[in-house]
Parts: sequence; C-alpha cells; structure tokens
Amino acid sequence: MEVNEQIAIDHGLKKEEYKKICDLLKRVPNFTELGIFSAMWNEHCSYKSSRLHLKKLPTSGKKVIQGPGENAGVIDIEDGDAIVFKIESHNHPSFIEPYQGAATGVGGIMRDVFTMGARPIANLNSIHFGSSQHKKTKNLLRGVVHGIGGYGNCMGVPTIAGQTSFDNSYNGNILVNAMTLGLVKKNKIFYSKAAGLNKPVIYVGSKTGRDGIHGASMASASFDEKIEEKKPTVQVGDPFTEKLLLEACLELMAGDSIIAIQDMGAAGLTSSSIEMASKGNLGIKLNLNKVPCRESKMTPYEIMLSESQERMLIVLENGKEDIAKKIFDKWDLDFAVIGRTTNSKNIELFYDEKKVASIPINTLVENSPMYDRKWKKTKLPKKNKYKKGNFNNLKIKDVLKKILSNPNIASKEWIWQQYDHTVMGDTIQKPGGDAGVVRVHGTNKAVAASVDSSATYCWAHPITGGKQVVAENWRNLISVGAKPIAITNCLNFGSPENENNMGEFVECVQGIGEACKYLNFPVVSGNVSFYNQTKDIGIKPTPSIGGVGLIKDYKKMITMQLKEINNVVLIIGKTEGHIDQSIFARIILDEKNGPPPEVNLFNEKNNGETILKLIDQDLVKSAHDISLGGMITAISKMCIKGNKGIRLNKSKNLINQVEYFFSEDQGRYLIEINPDNLKKVTKILNDNSVHYEELGIIIENDIIIDEKTKLTIDELKSYNTNWLENYMN
Amino acid sequence: MKSAVITFPGSNCDRDMHVALNKFGFKNQMVWHNDNELPKSDLVVLPGGFSYGDYLRCGSMASKSKIMQSVIKFAKSGGLVMGICNGFQILVESGLVPGVLLRNKYLEFICKNVFVKIDNKDNPYFKNLDKEVFEFHIAHNEGNYFCTNDQLKEIEDNNQVAIYYCNDNGKTEEKFNPNGSLKNIAGIFNKKKNVLGMMPHPERMIDKSLSGEDGSLFFKNLINNIK
Repeated sequence: MEVNEQIAIDHGLKKEEYKKICDLLKRVPNFTELGIFSAMWNEHCSYKSSRLHLKKLPTSGKKVIQGPGENAGVIDIEDGDAIVFKIESHNHPSFIEPYQGAATGVGGIMRDVFTMGARPIANLNSIHFGSSQHKKTKNLLRGVVHGIGGYGNCMGVPTIAGQTSFDNSYNGNILVNAMTLGLVKKNKIFYSKAAGLNKPVIYVGSKTGRDGIHGASMASASFDEKIEEKKPTVQVGDPFTEKLLLEACLELMAGDSIIAIQDMGAAGLTSSSIEMASKGNLGIKLNLNKVPCRESKMTPYEIMLSESQERMLIVLENGKEDIAKKIFDKWDLDFAVIGRTTNSKNIELFYDEKKVASIPINTLVENSPMYDRKWKKTKLPKKNKYKKGNFNNLKIKDVLKKILSNPNIASKEWIWQQYDHTVMGDTIQKPGGDAGVVRVHGTNKAVAASVDSSATYCWAHPITGGKQVVAENWRNLISVGAKPIAITNCLNFGSPENENNMGEFVECVQGIGEACKYLNFPVVSGNVSFYNQTKDIGIKPTPSIGGVGLIKDYKKMITMQLKEINNVVLIIGKTEGHIDQSIFARIILDEKNGPPPEVNLFNEKNNGETILKLIDQDLVKSAHDISLGGMITAISKMCIKGNKGIRLNKSKNLINQVEYFFSEDQGRYLIEINPDNLKKVTKILNDNSVHYEELGIIIENDIIIDEKTKLTIDELKSYNTNWLENYMN
Repeated sequence: MKSAVITFPGSNCDRDMHVALNKFGFKNQMVWHNDNELPKSDLVVLPGGFSYGDYLRCGSMASKSKIMQSVIKFAKSGGLVMGICNGFQILVESGLVPGVLLRNKYLEFICKNVFVKIDNKDNPYFKNLDKEVFEFHIAHNEGNYFCTNDQLKEIEDNNQVAIYYCNDNGKTEEKFNPNGSLKNIAGIFNKKKNVLGMMPHPERMIDKSLSGEDGSLFFKNLINNIK
C-alpha cells in the first residue's frame, strides 16, 4: 500500500508529524515503516506532551540504583538487596474489555519487573470507577477485579494493597493502574541496553498473534461512540505462560548469558528492539520469518505491531544460544534467534529475503516529537465560610453512618478477598491496612508499599493535590513503621491538547515534585496516561502514587487495629478544621467548591519522622493516618479492626465538633500508647515540636463521642463492611 | 524424615511448602514433573498453584504428568501423599481420592482464614493432634467438593472425610461453608488414609506474623507421627 498523509492521520499521526517523518527519512515511508513510526511516536511510547514536565521531578537519591528510563525503578534496601518497582496504567483496554484489560495490565507490569532480574514479591493496584449508580459500574468493577485476580493469583504473587474509588468523572473512562514490586540482588540487575556487535537477538515466550495491534495508539486517543470497534485492539492474557516465562527468565539470569533484555509491552517487537538498540547506540536487524507466529500469513506490519502478551526480547552473548534454548525448552516456551545487533544504527527488517523496512533509530527515539503544550493555571479557590448554624441540625451519628458506608470509605474486603494475598508466605500485613507489608524472604527485613490518589483535591487545586497525594502515601508507609524510600507514579489525565487538562497535569506534577523533593522521596519510575476522557470531558486529574518503604526489623511493624483496653490514643498533628473538599463537605453539605486542605511539608516530614522514632523505641501500639473522612473515620476504622471502643475527650481546641471530627487537615495520625509510656512519648513529641492532643481512652465495645452519642462497634461494622458486598450482589 | 514436593508447570506454592517442610524438620527435595522416578521419600506433596494454568480442568493435565505414574505407584504401596489446593485437584483427577472439585458457589476466588474441624484422627496425618478446631487459610477458585450419592455413602462409611469447614466452635453448618462444598467437606482421604487431599494451606500459617500458627501444629504433629 502506498503511504500518504491520510493514511498517516488514520494511524493517529498529525499532519506535521507525517511531514517530519518524510523529512527525516528524506523519502516517503512504506506502510510497515509508517506503522513503526506511529507506534514509537504516539503519546504512550514517546511521552511527547509530558517529557518536558517530567524532567522536573526529583529522580535521584542515596537509595536510588535506577531511576526512570528503564523497565522499572530500582532502590537499595541494604545487605546487597534491591527492590525493583513500577506502576502502569491499563485504562483504555479495561474500559473496553474489563477482564482482559485489567489482567494484561497486571501481566505487563510484572514483566517489567522480572525483565530486570527481580522475582515479583507483591502486587498492588489503584482502580477508579464511575458513580456506583452508573449502569456500567458494577460490571466493570466485577470484570476488573476478576481480571486482576485471574492474572496475579495464577502467577503466585500476592496482591497486598490497593485503592478503589468511585466518581462520576470516570463514568466513561475507568482507571486501572497496576503496580509490582520485585526482589533482586544488587549485583544481578538486568538492563535493556544492548552492547556488542553481531550478538544474537532472541525471541522467547508466547507466539505472536494479531491481538493488540496498535494497542498503544488506542491508549493515546480519546473514546467516542465507536469504542466497541476497538475490542480487537485489547490483548488477551495468558498468566500460565507468563509464570513459565518468569521461571525460565530467572533461570537463565542466574547464569551469565544475557547482555540485555526487554519485555515486549506497548508496541511489541517494535519498541523492544528499538529501545535496546537505541540505548546501546547500535543498529539491529531482524528476520521476521523467524518470529514464532500464532497465525499464518502475518505481514511484517502485523508482526512488528502486535501486542501479544508474554514475550521477551534478549540480546545474548555469542555461543550461549544452546544454554538458553535448553532452559526455554524445559519450560515449553518458544525460542528463536530472530536477528543480530549491527553497527548500522538502523533498524532493518527482512521478510522473505527482502528488506521491508530500514529506519535510522535516532529518528524514532531522539527525534520523536516533543511538545510544549499550552496550559492553564488553576487559581486557588476561595474558602467557604461555614457558620455554626450550618451544622446545627446534624446528628453526628447519622453523619458518621453516611460517611462510613460511602462507596469511597466503605471496606473493600469484597475486592481483596478475591486476590491471593498470602501466597509466597511472607505477607505480614494484608490488604485493608495503611500499607501492605511483605517480608524480604529469609531475612528480618520487610518492605511496605501503598498506592494512593486524591482526584478531588487535585481537581480543586492541582498543585496542592499533587503534594497531598505524595504526603498521604508517605504517611501510609510511616503508619506501618516503614521508612519511606521512593515512589513510582501513574499520571492519569484528560487530553493534553486541552489547556485545562494540560494545566492540571503540569501543576500536579509540580506539586508531586515539590513534595518528593522536600520529603526526600524520589520518583524512580512511572507512566503517563493521557486522553482519559470521553468526547470532550476529561476525568478528574488522578495521579496515583505508589510508595515503597523499608522496615529493618519486621517484628516492629505496626498495624492499625486498637490493641489494648485503657491505652491512650493521641492525635498527632494539628486539627485546623478544614472542611472544603472533604468527604463531609461533598456528601453531607453538598458543597463541591473551595480549596483542598493545605499541605505543610515541614509538618509532614517532622511528624512522620518523629513517629518513626517512637515506633523504633517500641512506644507505639497501633497507628493510622488521618485522611478521607477525617479523625472520626480514622478512629472508627481502628475500632472496627481491633474490635475495641474508645471514650473520646472533648477537644481542647476551640473549633466546633463537626470540624474536629470530619475536617481533613493534613499531616495527622492517630497513635495508640500505653499509659505508662505517655510521659516518655509526650516528651519526645514536645522535644521535636510535634503538635498532639489526647483523643481518648480505649474501652470495650463502644465508641462514646459525648454524653448523648454512643455507637457500638457492631454498628460501625455494619455501616462500613457490608456496603460493597451488598452492592455487588 | 525425607519429603518430596513436585513442581508442575504453573505450581506456585511449591516454594512455600518446601520452606514449611524444612522448617519443621523434613529434609525436602524438589522434584520436576517431567522426572520419571520419585526420590526416596517418607512424604510426597503435590503443592498448590495453577498447574497447566488450570486450563481444561484444574489438575487434569498435571494428573497425566510423567512423575504422577511414580506418585500413584508410591500411593498404592501405602506411601504418604498429600495434595494441597491444586494438589487436591490433581489427586481427584488422578483418581487417588474420590470426588471432584467444582467452581466455588459464588463464582469468585476466595482468599481468607476459615475454621476447620478435624475429628478423624485414626490416620498418620492427624493422629495425636490435641484439638479439633483449627484456623486454616484458603485461597482458591475451585474448591467446591462434590461427589455422587453412592460415593458419599462409601466415603462416610469408610470414615474418609478428613476435614470439615466449621465455625470457631466446631459447628459444621452450611453458613460456615465458604465455597458450597458438599457436607462442608474441606479435605478427604483415600480408603487406606495414606493419601490426603485438602483445600486449606497449612504452609501459609507457620509463624505468628502470618495468617496464624495452626499450620505449625499440623506440621509438627505430622513429622512426629511419621518418625
């Protein structure tokens, strides 16, 4: 087929991009070459709208072994051990086909991690659906949960934590972000940089089929009424094959055969071969007749653009082909030498002994478009003034009931019970806590991980929202006793071609960057997902932050359940009474305007680090950070989990009861202390200038709010635990 | 005491079982599904996981693996063979224990702690256990035990039910049944009671930082019984 401008546009390229291709090649590309350009230059692979802004994120630090730019980030957890981790989106496919979309999202991120030589030890996810009232939500939720479980459970990797939210803005575009952590020895990390001339290029894993052709291009476009037609671009996952691929790769990696390895993810064979060659400043030639295909008569175009799952590309040392083949034969996987590295600095493709494509690699990578898109600043909204009268008619008990059973607060046990969260025998904190925790197998160390997002705050004021998500993630790690080390981010936004959406992106990234820098919590990997919108309406800006921390002695891990009667609960951090953008404002007052709570990074850092000191001295019995739903929601969850009650003190601050209970001021935690240690604890808090208040004393069975208001733990449970299960059945 | 854990393609609890057996004093060896011969063992374990991706039917392809010929021979000669979760599914598919395992009643994967009742103690697995109600952990999609009426009669006449789902007081009512299993059956013996298949994973409950410690009681007792 003769290529022209219209065909380029049909491939998702812009007019001027097509012109640039012709200029770079000094000729018109052929059809296969055009397909390759469109795959490499789309938003998903090229980061053309985001690159400029992502550069501003802090990505280095003492503990960072590998920052962004590889298959995943790597951090040092001492004793020669390292954690490889990354989060990635699979939003568009999951909306079109929830089971396969979510499943292959999980499969893809695990592959990114074991490509680097790490055995996956934990999965997490952040999933966002439309309103619970929307007709599609139930099926999408069920499909996504089954898909995540179907893939992760079969792989035998525990799913240890996650986040689920519901909001109208996702009615036409759900979000599915999957994160994986892997464990590797520092001196056995594998990278994607090819080296050496004439080295064999090996294809291993599943056969190549026609599924997922142009998946990455689909992920770079908005949805319209024709989305159903896009079903064939969704890949189909086979977790069994991936399990074999994992074991085979790790077996091969134990030796010294591999020079470079790259999984075939978005844009399949195209991006994997080009990235390896590009990083090594080499050329690569491939004989496409050698690629194991599932279907007959696949064209070079289809072979290069297929996104069939569970495939890897490896550059081997010369003479190691037999050793490698033996391992892949043992695991019943395809193995083929499909090409060689060259010094041409071109990608050259051969099919039926004819050269079917030849493109200088730098035109695909370094010369890919980069845009400085127009964007609009978001002003900090004005604070709403609430008069005492606004709250007079409210009964705390009724409000608490509404909040605890709100879809965004209610227990997600129905979801995580469908994920195997205990396989591998090292899960010491299960889903439902502040962070999931797994032991580093065979050691006294443990790794904590949490994934968070706060789209409402980001929507109201992106800079503050960006900061807040990082801070909340940091707090979740602190709350289990982990020292936060680094994050991965999945940035889900609307169209970058819309200056409001682009502004949300730019300012969220700014907020994330400021918080990460201040907290010494660098970004080591991540992914950007734009065009999360249907027609002209974008989702609320939803950066998901996946943080990882280290617990040096796993026996010091903290959980949120209240432990002992007569212990004292303290609120750490000052309650100012910020109601705007809280769940209370939205569902009780029906107030959607106003600024999100302010983030004071000094307090975040100081409060968090001081709590770690207390934990280190064994002074904290339980801990939980205060976030969505405010203090009363936080203490309710601690009561439910621990099956204990609390008698609350009257606040010494002069703010009213509603603000005391439901405000979402940042930088706060609840911690449980043995009364014998109270003096010691308050001295440490005072010495470190940490604000605290005594919330109350732990008792049996009831939460006693004041003389008139009392709830039993069973009541709290019935509000909080049953909503999701009732909704789904 | 020597044990052997078989790794099938798709097994994923093989390492966990290896760790547990070694922790409680077994000298365990990992055995590849494509091997012909079992090493000399006092106990053979078919671990949990998704052998062959659970494609076709759970456990059916693994039951035809090369090593299974040796395992079946070993079982028929009275050797101890234990199948956990997917291992249980492989045991029913290879005919070593009666019945089948269907998809869970609510069609969803379940991962949680459950209580089970073990009162059938005239066998090498449970002999000398000094309590009846245990907290075990399950993680499966196809654990819904089923068999024909004739089979059930035979199973009950021979006292072959090994484990029932129950509550913390040992009540085996339907409402404490997580997956729809016939008669709350969570585990079953062959006639001679040298082969045990069960859905719960004792290997996930071997220290107090995990889901519980009742698995430790099981393994400690088991190795003492075999000695």
